[in-house]
Amino acid sequence: MANGDQGRDERPFLQMRGIVKVFPGARALDGVDLDVVAGEVHCLLGQNGAGKSTLIRVLSGAHQPTEGDVVIDGSPVTIGDPVHALKLGVATMYQELDVVDGLTVAENVYLGHELAGFGVLRRSTARRETARLLERLGHSEISPDTEVGSLPAAGRQIVAMARALSHQARVIVMDEPTAVLDAEEVENLFRVVAEVTAQGIAIIYISHRLEEIRRIGDRITVLKNGATVARNLPVAETPTHELIRLMTGRDLGIVFPERPGVPADAPVLLEAEGLGLEGVFSEVDLTVRSGEIVGLAGLVGSGRSEILETIYGARRSSAGTVRVDGETVRRGSTSAAVAAGMGLAPEERKSQGLILDEPIYRNVTLPSFPRFAHAGVVSETSERAAATRETTAVRLDPPGVTRPVRTLSGGNQQKVMLARWLVQGCRVLLLDEPTRGVDVGARAEIYTLIRRLADAGTAVVVVSSEIPEVLGLADRVLVIADGTVLRSAAAHELTEHDVLDTIMKGSPA
Amino acid sequence: MSEPHPSPSAETTPVAETTSVSASTEAPRLVARLRDLFSGGAARSLGLVVALLILVAVGATTAGTRFASVDNLMVILGLAAVVGVAAIGQTFVITSGGIDLSVGSIIGLASVWATTLATQQMAEQYGWWVMVMCGIAVGFGCGLINGILVAYGNVVPFIATLAMMVAARGVAELIAQKRTQIVTVDSFTDVFRGDLLGVPKIAWLMLLIAAVGWFLLARTTFGRRTIAVGGNAEAARLAGIKVKRHVMALYALSGTTAGIAGVMMLARTTAGSSTNGLQYEMDAIAAVVVGGTLLIGGRGSIVGTVLGVLIFTTLTNVFIQNNLDSSVQAVAKGAIIVAAVLLQQRMQRRGVTSAGG
Repeated sequence: MANGDQGRDERPFLQMRGIVKVFPGARALDGVDLDVVAGEVHCLLGQNGAGKSTLIRVLSGAHQPTEGDVVIDGSPVTIGDPVHALKLGVATMYQELDVVDGLTVAENVYLGHELAGFGVLRRSTARRETARLLERLGHSEISPDTEVGSLPAAGRQIVAMARALSHQARVIVMDEPTAVLDAEEVENLFRVVAEVTAQGIAIIYISHRLEEIRRIGDRITVLKNGATVARNLPVAETPTHELIRLMTGRDLGIVFPERPGVPADAPVLLEAEGLGLEGVFSEVDLTVRSGEIVGLAGLVGSGRSEILETIYGARRSSAGTVRVDGETVRRGSTSAAVAAGMGLAPEERKSQGLILDEPIYRNVTLPSFPRFAHAGVVSETSERAAATRETTAVRLDPPGVTRPVRTLSGGNQQKVMLARWLVQGCRVLLLDEPTRGVDVGARAEIYTLIRRLADAGTAVVVVSSEIPEVLGLADRVLVIADGTVLRSAAAHELTEHDVLDTIMKGSPA
Repeated sequence: MSEPHPSPSAETTPVAETTSVSASTEAPRLVARLRDLFSGGAARSLGLVVALLILVAVGATTAGTRFASVDNLMVILGLAAVVGVAAIGQTFVITSGGIDLSVGSIIGLASVWATTLATQQMAEQYGWWVMVMCGIAVGFGCGLINGILVAYGNVVPFIATLAMMVAARGVAELIAQKRTQIVTVDSFTDVFRGDLLGVPKIAWLMLLIAAVGWFLLARTTFGRRTIAVGGNAEAARLAGIKVKRHVMALYALSGTTAGIAGVMMLARTTAGSSTNGLQYEMDAIAAVVVGGTLLIGGRGSIVGTVLGVLIFTTLTNVFIQNNLDSSVQAVAKGAIIVAAVLLQQRMQRRGVTSAGG
């Protein structure tokens, strides 16, 4: 364990020791240590799934740790709930800010702890106090009477910070605060952060953008597999390659299926040319051959899912064309995409993919049921037969196609999605986070299924936030950050380290 | 959307997964199967039949032969027919997760339009079907406007059809000038009034339309799309189903059945009036909900709807035959709706818990 605790001899305001959080079937945190001293910007680094989100939730009182100690200001505490966390001086700014659009700035700042006398709101006091807090943040130009819905993302962040200050917060957790800001707004935010830390308030700063960390961070704690692997690294003296080394090497404990290699003369099935979606991504070129698996690697918010959804027509592209087998597919139409031979297994299976209360076979045949109909009358017998055949092929366990999909595990639900596109007989399969919510045992099975589909001639595109998954499964990988393809290479030529390096260095913030 | 749950939810997902697995495997097979049977569609319809029989028994004991006579039962069937047909179209809309508040007004407008001087003159000349087609066309047109507003204008169904409810009633008043338009075309009355095999012809018509509706919903691609859209519109869209077009068709269908109901109203009352079908949308929606169709969509039952209509019509009749106040009747109706929905929710919850999710 690296330890670079030099230069600061103050006693930490916040100390976390050996924090463990066990969910049924998953150990989300497995020994996290964290020290935060007053007035510092403490950066939290780690890949998706490393445990950052769970840690924030423990800190904000949304989750109770299974084991471990939290010490605030020298005394051990149990953070019971979010209100308690605020009382203890810990405020959290989630990525999706929890400000209420329809209320004014002042009303938002004092939301939940309204200034009132005998049940009557003291509105002028609230306005005055809000104005004072905004001034402290260097944003006196925001009026306390402005409706928050009319403010840009940056303004809403300031409101959320003012709220944190109104709670006398001593530590403010900021989860990817710059993800929604443009360059100028980022500068502004950094100024605010400087103001706040100068007043002795500590910031726990979560970001994937290394240059931001370099600019405003004081110390870094790195998480991997739910545990602290290095803490209190001084930002100025820790080289990037060292940070990336610490973050990588997550063990998925899975053997990936072999890649047989794609023959150079395999026909191109999917082609995207100059594809763009206003304000999200632009100039994406992509070709996938029959039998090939192409992976899109990128972090949350990089645009990888949007690219997939735009190829599929679930979002209407603002530029470029998509061709399947040489034929241009009408943009913005999922039915045209399906007719052209595409299939999508969306990121949110339950809300986007499945009809949970309908039986398995009807979910399997959702795109293809008209095929089992004569003159509009559906033959459930042949429908069930087809569903049974393909769910057997994907090894749905236990077998049977009449149970509601709701009763299935995540892995089995994903198998239903795969069986769906097997019945449809699609030639281009787009998979968004194919193993999210799928346990380790079923993951390997799903990887094998995907590879088998490719071997049978399907062109597959896989999006995943788990870099090792993309590298292990795909033949070729596109590295994406901020809606731009930064790199395209054969999967075996890339390491997790390379991908992270590309993402963290290459993103134009 | 790529990140519908931007809050750190990824790490909590395993919780839901594992609980659902263990609960479903631990539940004893037999109990699960029995539960399936009793929460299934057949059991629900059976419950409604029992409720209907109880009502009939109550009617027979309290009102004697005034209630329990063939004539009176036929009156009930005739009364149920008009609301029944409108409720069948409504069942489709509600199954898809929508609602159609305009059916009562469409009934009124269709009945008025089909009995204007001009329409009836044409009907005298070409035949009774002119009036029928006029009523159906009016219903289809209104429904299509609803459908376009909901599907392509992104207007909330409640608001779009509320607007149509107000506007269609207004148009009916403008056309009728608040007068009652008597049906003078003899061929129309000959065809639609009276009995066939001892049962009112319009009751036969309702049964026919119910049979077609049941087949359409339970056996065809159209019905499957309806259930898919109501069950999860986004999943249906991502599976390549043309959701917007289908939603539009559903409202057009509901308008069409309302138009047919308007024509049937003419057969029963022999008069077109702008007050025809007042508040029928409420009766139709109540019957659909009591019949077991989920208001949130994804599940619909035509048989249940028909039974629901019969229950409400019989209830009204029992009250009338006992000379009871219509206010009491309204209270009883309200109580039935609440009881039915509460019962539905309990079944639903049990279904969900047995599924472990």
